[in-house]
Amino acid sequence: MSSKMQSSNNTAHARRAVQQLRIEASIERIKVSKASADLMHYCGEHAKYDPLLMGIPASENPFKDKKPCTIL
Amino acid sequence: MGEMDTLKKEADGLKTQIEAARKAVNDTTMAAVASGVAAAPRVQLKNRKTLKGHLAKIYGLHWSADNRHMVSASQDGKLLIWDTYTGNKVYAVPLKSSWVMSCSMAPSGNLVASGGLDNMCTIVNIKAASPKTLRELDAHEGYLSHSRFLSDTEILTASGDTTCCLWDLETGKQKVIYKSHVGDCMCLAVSPDQNSFISGACDSSAKLWDVRDGGCKQTFIGHTSDINAIAFFPSGTAVITGSDDCTLKMYDLRADQEVNGYQDAALNAGVTSVSLSSSGRLIFAGYDNFNCNIWDSLKAEKVGVLSGHDNRVSCIGVPDDGLGICTGSWDSFLKIWN
Repeated sequence: MSSKMQSSNNTAHARRAVQQLRIEASIERIKVSKASADLMHYCGEHAKYDPLLMGIPASENPFKDKKPCTIL
Repeated sequence: MGEMDTLKKEADGLKTQIEAARKAVNDTTMAAVASGVAAAPRVQLKNRKTLKGHLAKIYGLHWSADNRHMVSASQDGKLLIWDTYTGNKVYAVPLKSSWVMSCSMAPSGNLVASGGLDNMCTIVNIKAASPKTLRELDAHEGYLSHSRFLSDTEILTASGDTTCCLWDLETGKQKVIYKSHVGDCMCLAVSPDQNSFISGACDSSAKLWDVRDGGCKQTFIGHTSDINAIAFFPSGTAVITGSDDCTLKMYDLRADQEVNGYQDAALNAGVTSVSLSSSGRLIFAGYDNFNCNIWDSLKAEKVGVLSGHDNRVSCIGVPDDGLGICTGSWDSFLKIWN
């Protein structure tokens, strides 16, 4: 690749990078306090339906090996 | 040369602007906000099943949307599809190239995808009379690190050639190419609404993309090494990343910045894989040191550990119903815990 082509590639790359940064600079941002509160709220609302958090009763556990019961 | 200098100046100016804008909304920390929340219970999960069958390192696993079947990929050159309730193997798919790095299953359960150092994503129909190769998606110029189906007709791939791609499975052609990373793309995760996806790369950044128009909407920085694993928080408004820098980070999409970090001075092993429990409260992270640590996503405290593998935990996944977690390892075993 001639050095002229290479430098025009670099320029094209740099132009794309600036274009991308312009897009990212222009977005709306919410406060971290609100973002954190919303995530906490989500966890709170869904906690009772989270089997790994709440535990799973043996009778409802599809992965638990079912062993026969012996009555002693 | 004049134009390059101008462009560099503008780029630096924009980066400073973005940093200032992020700082302006950084009015507190999640740790402070979560201080009033009750601590997550100490999580002690038992190893319920060990799936034996692979003969070499496992590199990927993906749960079926039916919460029962799962596909795993190993460098023994096979994909295995398991019935995790019984522990039985349902299908074995021999791979043309044994250098597989990832696998995935379509939501329908009809198709599986795999790929790796062959630079291709191979799509197999496992519901045909015998597993049949449907497509070989061949256009990436680097290894295939990750893939996720959107449906039976579309799949997203991440590649060592620094791009991600959306493919049309009816034609086998690329539909959208996502270009912006400057390092190998290592992982991707699709948003719950399927309108966007997030990628992690060796340039230490994570990027949020619009699936349909190919545009990069946001870039998340802060990691100091390759991002190997990425997952969406179930609300779709945050993402968790895991890196070779031994930490995990939570980035909030609407605040456009890191809101929590998960690290331990004693931990100096890279994170290979990440998955969340169904409420998002628990983060399961696989590490190079053979363990999987369980983190409280809000308080950033370690609340448990899954140990039992004899080699690196390379992949991890929680099914959609949240009833368990599966770890896959270089020790050739898959373990299911709950």
